[in-house]
Amino acid sequence: MNDDSLLDLEFEIIGGDFNQAGRVSTKLKSILKEVGFDPQVVRRVAISTYEAEINVVMYARRGVLRFKASPQKIVIIIEDEGQGIEDIEEAMKEGYSTATDEMREMGFGAGMGLPNIKRNSDQFEITSEVGRGTRLEVTIIAGDGTRS
Amino acid sequence: MLEMEPEAENIRYYHTLKILEEKCQGRMRCMRKCPTQAIRVRRGKAHILEELCIDCGECINACPEGAIVPLTDPVEKTSEFKCRVAIPSPALYSQFSVDIHPPEIFAGLKKLGFDYICDVSLVCESVSEALRLYLQEHEGPWPVISSFCPAAIRLIQVRYPELTEHIARLEVPRELAAKEVKSELSRKLNIAPEKIEAVYFTSCPAKAVSIKQPAEKEKSWLDGSISIADIYSPLLSAIMSLGEEKSEDEAHQPSAIGMGWPVLGGTCSLLEPESWVAVSGIIELTRILDDIEKSKLREVKYVEASFCLEGCIGGPLAVENAYVARVKTIRLENRYGKQPRIQKEEVQKLYREGHYFLERRIQPRPIKPLHPDIAKSIALMKEKEKIYNLLPRVDCGLCGCPTCLAFAEDVVKGLLNISDCLYNSIRKERSR
Repeated sequence: MNDDSLLDLEFEIIGGDFNQAGRVSTKLKSILKEVGFDPQVVRRVAISTYEAEINVVMYARRGVLRFKASPQKIVIIIEDEGQGIEDIEEAMKEGYSTATDEMREMGFGAGMGLPNIKRNSDQFEITSEVGRGTRLEVTIIAGDGTRS
Repeated sequence: MLEMEPEAENIRYYHTLKILEEKCQGRMRCMRKCPTQAIRVRRGKAHILEELCIDCGECINACPEGAIVPLTDPVEKTSEFKCRVAIPSPALYSQFSVDIHPPEIFAGLKKLGFDYICDVSLVCESVSEALRLYLQEHEGPWPVISSFCPAAIRLIQVRYPELTEHIARLEVPRELAAKEVKSELSRKLNIAPEKIEAVYFTSCPAKAVSIKQPAEKEKSWLDGSISIADIYSPLLSAIMSLGEEKSEDEAHQPSAIGMGWPVLGGTCSLLEPESWVAVSGIIELTRILDDIEKSKLREVKYVEASFCLEGCIGGPLAVENAYVARVKTIRLENRYGKQPRIQKEEVQKLYREGHYFLERRIQPRPIKPLHPDIAKSIALMKEKEKIYNLLPRVDCGLCGCPTCLAFAEDVVKGLLNISDCLYNSIRKERSR
């Protein structure tokens, strides 16, 4: 693939920083709109990166979001250093959450995050180690590179 | 640098804002104020990028020279119409001193040559009820975004194209009013509806555009619009010189629920209080649209989206201070009482017949990408980042672009050269 047409960006996410949560998602969204990706693709990226950011903010000390976009597909990798997930199968169920009351007070932790990311992605991989952190890889197919 | 291919399609958008070149001093106030970064200053004169302009009118009041004017219709108009109907936005009711009420305003408008006056507040109340029904039956996507503010609608079409499907498919009161009054008068006076002219009085330049180029249908029911700022002085004189004429309309009872429409939250008065939010002003509006896009706004069913701070009373063509207008509206509401002026059953029947629905969906109008080919577009985006990193990033605006990012974009588009950055040139000069 031509290197010129691969967009490769990296962002740091700080755990516990609810005020900044969602910034990466907003920034990526405006870039993708300007490039001219299909609005539906942009929306799926916006939703899944936002949910992933919130997860890092809620459950990790820090995380890195790597973003790679080519005309054909978008790959988002989020790796965090944090508490990890004990039972991934449970965590993938809608409504399942280990959020504290405080987080719920703030309107987070409804147990919709991971299922929502999965619903908005074409490929979804998750690995996690308790006490160390979680890695998500989300792929969203963007099309054949031409606009309809 | 990469080559730009010529544009395949060139859609012209109608706009109601015009820059008077002879008056423009190139002072860049409009450029800095424009929420969609649609203004550039080139060779000392401001220019509007049509594709990005949403007709909000922020630039009108920003210009110290008064060089930006709304293209609403002139007050005096000779026309081939047989009958002229004034359809004032209820925002007009709160523009005068507290002892001037809608009946006097209507009588004043008649004195200015209008044959009939249509009180939109009654239509607004019907649409409040229609909105309640709409939200009851809607199946998603949530939240529903209001369809009443044309600047907000255009902002969504341009900047949030994928949110157009959230916009309520409800017709706006001004259009319904024009449609209803034309059919009623054509029956009553036995003349063709085309012979009746319906003129809207507005605080909003975007509404003038929505009349000339509607987002959701072929043709508006309204025939023109007059700025409240333009009609204010002649109307006030007409009201002041009223004698016996005002008594004939004294019996008219406007709807308090409908009079609240131009004020923030006014469209929500018949909804469950916990189901809606009302947002106004570009900053908060952008924030809430970003949240909806991320699917963050889960608890809310309805978003009243108003571009102008405090709602239509804060429109750029209003005369009264928006906060004072709000208080005056509350006084009017108290004077007329909150009891319903409409027949709910009648509204429900009309709703079932489709009376309140938009003719067609509001379509996205996304900004043109950097390049039609996504691969080339990505390459240009990277080029733009590179250029941006060479810039001072202080957004001084001396180049005539509102931000350094906009400058970088104009460079990759081939419109400017990187050496056009004055800040960098001065810096280089000094370090020599």
